[in-house]
Amino acid sequence: MKRILFSICLFVGLASVSMAQSAQYEDVMTKNVALLDDATNFNPDKLLEIGNTFERIAAAEKTQWLPFYYASYCYVMSAFMQRDNDKVDDLADKAAVNIEQAEAISPKNDEINCIKSLVATSRIRVDPPTRGMKYGMESADLLVQASQINQENPRVYMLQGQSLFYTPEQFGGSKTEAKKKFEIALQKFSTFKPASSIAPHWGEAYTKGLLAQIK
Amino acid sequence: MKQLNLILVTLFLPVCMMAQQRITGKITDGKKRPLQGVNIAVKDTYDGATTAADGSFSFTTDAKGVQYITATLLGYTAQEQKVFINGALEVNMIMRNNVNDLKVVTITAGSFEASDEGKTTVLKPLDIVTTAGAGADIVNALKTLPGTQQTNDREGLFVRGGTGYETQTYIDGMMVRNPFYSGLPDQPGRGRFSPFLFKGTTFSSGGYSAQYGQGLSSALILESTDLPQRSSYSLGASVIGVSGGLEELSKDKKGSYGLEADYTNLGPYLGVLKPKFRFSADPEIMGASANFRRKTSKTGMLKFYGYGNKTHMGTIRPSLEHPGYEEQFELRNHNIYTNLTYKESLGNDWKFNAGLSYSVNVDKIDLDTLNKSTPAKVKNQSELAQVKAMLTKGLGQYSLLRFGGEYQYGVEKSAFNNWPANYVDNYAAGFVEGDIYVTPRLVGRFGGRVEYSSILDKANVAPRVSLAYKLTGLSQVSFAYGDFYQKPEQQYLRFKPDMGYMKATHYIATYQWVAKHYTLRVEAFYKKYHDLVKTSPDTTTSGTGYAKGIELFWRDRKTIRNTDYWISYSYLDTKRNYLNYPFQVQPDFAAKHTFSVVYKYNISAISTNLGITYSFATGRPYYNPNLPESKFMSEKTMTYNSIGLSASYLTSIRKAFTIFVLSVSNAPNFKQVYGYRYSSDKLRREEVVPNIPRFIYLGMFMNFGIDRRQDVINNL
Repeated sequence: MKRILFSICLFVGLASVSMAQSAQYEDVMTKNVALLDDATNFNPDKLLEIGNTFERIAAAEKTQWLPFYYASYCYVMSAFMQRDNDKVDDLADKAAVNIEQAEAISPKNDEINCIKSLVATSRIRVDPPTRGMKYGMESADLLVQASQINQENPRVYMLQGQSLFYTPEQFGGSKTEAKKKFEIALQKFSTFKPASSIAPHWGEAYTKGLLAQIK
Repeated sequence: MKQLNLILVTLFLPVCMMAQQRITGKITDGKKRPLQGVNIAVKDTYDGATTAADGSFSFTTDAKGVQYITATLLGYTAQEQKVFINGALEVNMIMRNNVNDLKVVTITAGSFEASDEGKTTVLKPLDIVTTAGAGADIVNALKTLPGTQQTNDREGLFVRGGTGYETQTYIDGMMVRNPFYSGLPDQPGRGRFSPFLFKGTTFSSGGYSAQYGQGLSSALILESTDLPQRSSYSLGASVIGVSGGLEELSKDKKGSYGLEADYTNLGPYLGVLKPKFRFSADPEIMGASANFRRKTSKTGMLKFYGYGNKTHMGTIRPSLEHPGYEEQFELRNHNIYTNLTYKESLGNDWKFNAGLSYSVNVDKIDLDTLNKSTPAKVKNQSELAQVKAMLTKGLGQYSLLRFGGEYQYGVEKSAFNNWPANYVDNYAAGFVEGDIYVTPRLVGRFGGRVEYSSILDKANVAPRVSLAYKLTGLSQVSFAYGDFYQKPEQQYLRFKPDMGYMKATHYIATYQWVAKHYTLRVEAFYKKYHDLVKTSPDTTTSGTGYAKGIELFWRDRKTIRNTDYWISYSYLDTKRNYLNYPFQVQPDFAAKHTFSVVYKYNISAISTNLGITYSFATGRPYYNPNLPESKFMSEKTMTYNSIGLSASYLTSIRKAFTIFVLSVSNAPNFKQVYGYRYSSDKLRREEVVPNIPRFIYLGMFMNFGIDRRQDVINNL
């Protein structure tokens, strides 16, 4: 009897460990994804730190695409916010490595294409005359692919709008065209339901912010 | 109850075991400098931290016992350290730089590269287009680099005491027989090929690879662009002509073709330019080109480029020989150039490159002292067919071995009033070369080239050696040695085929320091000439000469906001005894000191680029026949000064990417004298000066994306 009880206990104990692992994943992801919903964390150093956390989670989990995805998102955002052009390529490289791993786990994923597009865009600023055309086209292509995978993803329209917003008019940028894209994005945001609490859901407040600058 | 307790204890056991331990430490590089942003983790757990600015980190973990602490940072080799966690722990690690692009030494002695690919390149392709005063001409832009001469009265690039003939041009590895438009006397034609055709330009002022032969002094190595990023139309209009083109990218994005046509006529604009001599035929150029590119596999690429061109121009100038009369010079040229290349990776670190090329150039020249003599007719025709193949085998991580061969069939025809002097040359060459990395910081290139020319009926063997050593992450030294052979110029060879090769031996030492925004280069060289062509007393290859000098290059893209500038200085000490020279003397194309400053200013708010280029050279020797022979080439021209200006403005007109360009060469209208020419009775002389001393150019170029999908992309 004692032996049986012990086995049961052991079994329950083991189950609780593996349960804990998965619960721990949900937990730690929820906690860190929440950090990204907080605008005060959007500075280059903090984003690098959060990105590193996601990279550690990714390294430990290996089969989940979301930690790689968020790590890449943090690094590329940190690249955008860097004051120093010299650091941009390193961060973009780091973002690229992570998003490629995410893509290996989850191919043909519109959210992953959005990040890849951001990575391409982030590189332009280092040398706009030489890189503008190449990475601008690459970035735009990736968004077209993303919209082909999922027409309802609001971030695709948001990023298209963002490119139009920041591209000088002589290179094809347009505030009025950007506004149209932002409006579509907001419409899609209103109906968009993330697959889970830790699935990508960023961008709505940002879109509103940019839209407010146009109005 | 006791049993329930047991169950509870067992249930919480894993939780109870999670006593947290604090891990602290510091991460530094090999030189004990703290590293920030390092990702520290306990392997296979989420626990870890990011290092602060002082390299320190601190975190707690539930992990116990034998664990691995990892440290990762981009650009550094990831570190892993085995630890035993049983309480607070301090872990300090040293991370080492990755051996990457910036860390591996590359051979740089004698060469300047303009490309997007390497991070350590000195120039970008766009730099060639945006150099003020160069008029988007590759060779003119290269004249702002050390080692080059401001010989704007003669065709070609004069490098380190060498003539224009001693510089050879290659497109995708294939030699180009006539890289320049045919020009008028004292007004050389510019380069035939637009800088926009090339993604990479390497200008080597000596010591170059055994892949390239038949250039005594210099190689200009051009690498054509790959597939375009999108389909587009382009239109251009300027004060001297119009152009139009289209580029179509296939749906699968694996192939493309392009067509282009241009028409230039200086006639309507001559009233503004005020040339010194009048034109009997206004310069007129008609050209068309076609290209085709196809990715044949993931690594394979087939490229075709074809070009056809017709020019017609003529001048009338006062006769130096016959005072009161006028000399007419009229030129009709047509040129066809084709180039087909293929490259593919064969697997197992083997790569294959092959090329075929055919070109023909015809110059018909009418010379006439008006109302005095019967006109003379000169016809020159050169045809060149060639094939080249090369295999490259990667050895280990960086080293490689390349070898290959080429064959050229050249037909050179010339006629003076129907008196022909023609010849055919079969030229074959083989080369082998290894880039051997002893360590990532030390590379040696050892190779050689064997050549045979049927017209000379002689072979040569040319060894080439280069070494480069990386001193620090940013600086390196390089050395190069090599023998370079070249056939005598066609105009001598056609009358005296049984000559030998001309030969130059190069010795080069370079120090280079390349930081992200700064470049410093110092290069010293010694070049020994053997067997140069002599035309007096007989035509033989018995001339001699040398060139030695030191060159400086400094580029700064950061110190002044929105400004990029570079400075080049060349000191050249050269003498030669060739052609009709009585003894070794500084030749009439070489200046002792040459200096250039290129300054580019970008006003991004109004998307305008401004540029200014200043060039200076000390006077060049000229021959005054009134002086005794011992004073041969002892007199020098005035110093050369030139200031070029350019402004470009980017905008969009109905979704077309549009650029307006204004450029002025020699803006202050400095007087430039390249030499003097004497009448045969030695009583009169004339200055060799540019016919159009100041050129003002205004043009616009538009580029439209085509097909719907591209419109979408253009909108993004």
